[in-house]
Amino acid sequence: LRATGQVRPLGKRLIVSSPRFRAKLIRQLIATLFQYILLIAIGLLFIWPFAWMASSSLKASSEVFTIPIQWLPSVPKWENYAEVLREMPFGRFILNSLLVATLTTVGQLGTCSLSAYGFSRLRFPGRDVIFMVLLSTMMIPYEATLIPIYLIMFKIGLIDKLAALWLPSFFGGAFGTFLLRQFFMTVPTDLEDAARIDGCNRFDIYRRIFLPLSKPALATLGVFVFMGSWNDLLGPVVFLNHIQNFTLSIGLTAFQGYYVTEWHLLMAASMISVVPILVIYAFTQRYFVEGITLTGIKG
Amino acid sequence: MADAVIPRAKGRPFSLQQLEGYVYILPTILGLLIFSAGAVAMAFGISLTNYESLGSPKFIGLNNYLNVIVDPVFPQVVLNSAYYTVAYVPANLVLGLLLASLANRSVRGITFFRSVYFLPVVTSGVAVSLMFTWLFNSQFGPINEILYTVLGIQGPGWLTSTEWAMPTIAIVAVWKGLGYTMVLFLAGLQDVPGEVYEAGRIDGAGSFALFRSITLPLLTPTIFFVLIISIISSFQVFDFVFVMTQGGPANSTTTLAYWIYENAFQWFHLGYASAIAFVLFGIVLVFTLIQWRVQRRWVFYQ
Repeated sequence: LRATGQVRPLGKRLIVSSPRFRAKLIRQLIATLFQYILLIAIGLLFIWPFAWMASSSLKASSEVFTIPIQWLPSVPKWENYAEVLREMPFGRFILNSLLVATLTTVGQLGTCSLSAYGFSRLRFPGRDVIFMVLLSTMMIPYEATLIPIYLIMFKIGLIDKLAALWLPSFFGGAFGTFLLRQFFMTVPTDLEDAARIDGCNRFDIYRRIFLPLSKPALATLGVFVFMGSWNDLLGPVVFLNHIQNFTLSIGLTAFQGYYVTEWHLLMAASMISVVPILVIYAFTQRYFVEGITLTGIKG
Repeated sequence: MADAVIPRAKGRPFSLQQLEGYVYILPTILGLLIFSAGAVAMAFGISLTNYESLGSPKFIGLNNYLNVIVDPVFPQVVLNSAYYTVAYVPANLVLGLLLASLANRSVRGITFFRSVYFLPVVTSGVAVSLMFTWLFNSQFGPINEILYTVLGIQGPGWLTSTEWAMPTIAIVAVWKGLGYTMVLFLAGLQDVPGEVYEAGRIDGAGSFALFRSITLPLLTPTIFFVLIISIISSFQVFDFVFVMTQGGPANSTTTLAYWIYENAFQWFHLGYASAIAFVLFGIVLVFTLIQWRVQRRWVFYQ
C-alpha cells in the first residue's frame, strides 16, 4: 500500500510518500477548508439574528431608528435591562415558567415511565388495545381538545392558576409513553429474572432496574418536555389572566403590547426570556442532538 | 419476549398479578379519558351546540358545521393554511436533508456546529417572532437594509403586506425548526450501513450517484416521518401568527388554528370554534391517511 503512495496516519503525523500523492493531499485540504467555510457560513445564518437581538437590546433609543443602520451601540446601554425589569416583573415570569416547566417534566417522566413499564413488561387483559388507542391520540390536534380542557379547568377553578398548565402532565402522555416503552423493550429479561430471584417485586424492578437503566431516554424526554413547556404560548394565553401569574412567553407578548415600537426594550426583554433556556441548553445539549438518535424518535 | 417470564394464570381470567398492570397505567388511562379521547368526544358534543361564552348551551345539530362551510372567511383561512403548508413543508424537508448531509461529515468540531444549528429549536417562539419582526422591519430592519445596499433592491413590507406576510412567517418557521429536522435526518443517516456505500464506490459510483441511489432510498422512512409531522405541525401554527401578525394584514395570515383561537378565546363562540376544530381534525386526518396509503409506493423499509 505504502509503495503506491497512500497516506497512513501515524499518531498525529502523516507519511506522504509520493509527489502525486502530495497533490491529492492538497486537494483534500482544500475540500476540508471548503467544508468548514460552508459550516461556518450556515452557522452565521443561525447566530446572526441572535447577535442582532443582543446588539439592539443595548442601544440607546436614538440609535434604534437610524438610516443607514447603526449595527452596534456606541456605548452598551445596560440600563435597558433595568428598565425592562422595572416595567414588567420578568423575575416573576421566570419563576412561574420554571415552576410550570419543572412540574410538567416531573409529571410526564413519572407517569409516562410507569405506564411504559406497564405496557412493556406486565400482562393484563386489553393491554395492547389500550396502547393502540393511546397511540392514535397523538394525531389529535391540540386545538380540538383545548376548549373542553378550558371548560374542565373552569369547573374545577383552575383558570388563572399555574396548575392549569402543569396538572394535565400528571396524567401521562402518548408520546412519552411510546418513547419510554420503546426503550424498556430493549432491557434484557435476564436482569428482571435475577432481580425476582433476589426477592424484588414488580415495583422494585421498575425503580431499581428500569429507571436507572433508562437514564438517557428519561433525560431526552425530560429536556424535550421541559423545553416544550417553557416555550408554550397557547396554554398560558388561554388559561392565564393576571400579570402576576404570567409565564415568560405570555409575559413577553404582554410587554410587546405596551412597547410596540421600542425595539431596544423589546429586544432586551426577548434576551431576558431567551438567556435562561440557552444556559440550560448549553449544559444539556447532548440530550437534544444525540438523544434523538439514541432513542430512535424518527419513525 | 417480556410476556414469557410472567406465567399466565390459568383458569382465573383476572388474577391479582394481572390487576397490578392496571395500577401502572392508571394515570395514563385517566388522562386518556379526561384530556385526550374524552376531551375530543366532549368537543364534538360542544360543536353540536350554540355554546357562547359561558352561558347555557342548546343543541343545534350540525348547524355550526353548515355555518363554517358558508362562512365567507372559511375558504380564505383554508387557503392560508394550505399556502403556509406548501411554503413550509418542502422547504423544511429539502433544506433539512441538505443540512443533515453537511452535518453528517465526520470533521473535527462537528458536534459544535450541530448544536449551533439546533439553537433556534430550543428558543421560545415568542422571542424568535419578536426578533424577526424587528429584522424584517421594512424601514429600519437590517434585512431590507442589506437588500438595498448589496443588491440595490427596495425590500417589501415583509409582515405588513398581504402578499409577503405568509411567506415571511414560513421563512421564520423554517429557520426555527430546521435544526430539529436536521437531527431527525442525522439519526436516519446514521442507520445507513457503511458497507453499502463501500459497495457502491467499488462499482464506481460518484458521490451524487451514491446519494441518489443509496442514501435517498434508505432514508425514505425518515422522509416519510418528517413529512407527516411537518404537515401536522404546519396546520397547528400559532405562535408566529399570534406575535408577528395577529392574522393580518386583512386576514392574510389567519390560519385554521389561529381562527379557532380567535373564535373560542377572543369572541367566545365555543360551539362554533369546536366545529372548526373538527374540520381541522378531519383535514389533518385525511392528509395523514392519504400519506399512509401512498407511502407503499415510495417508502422503502429495510
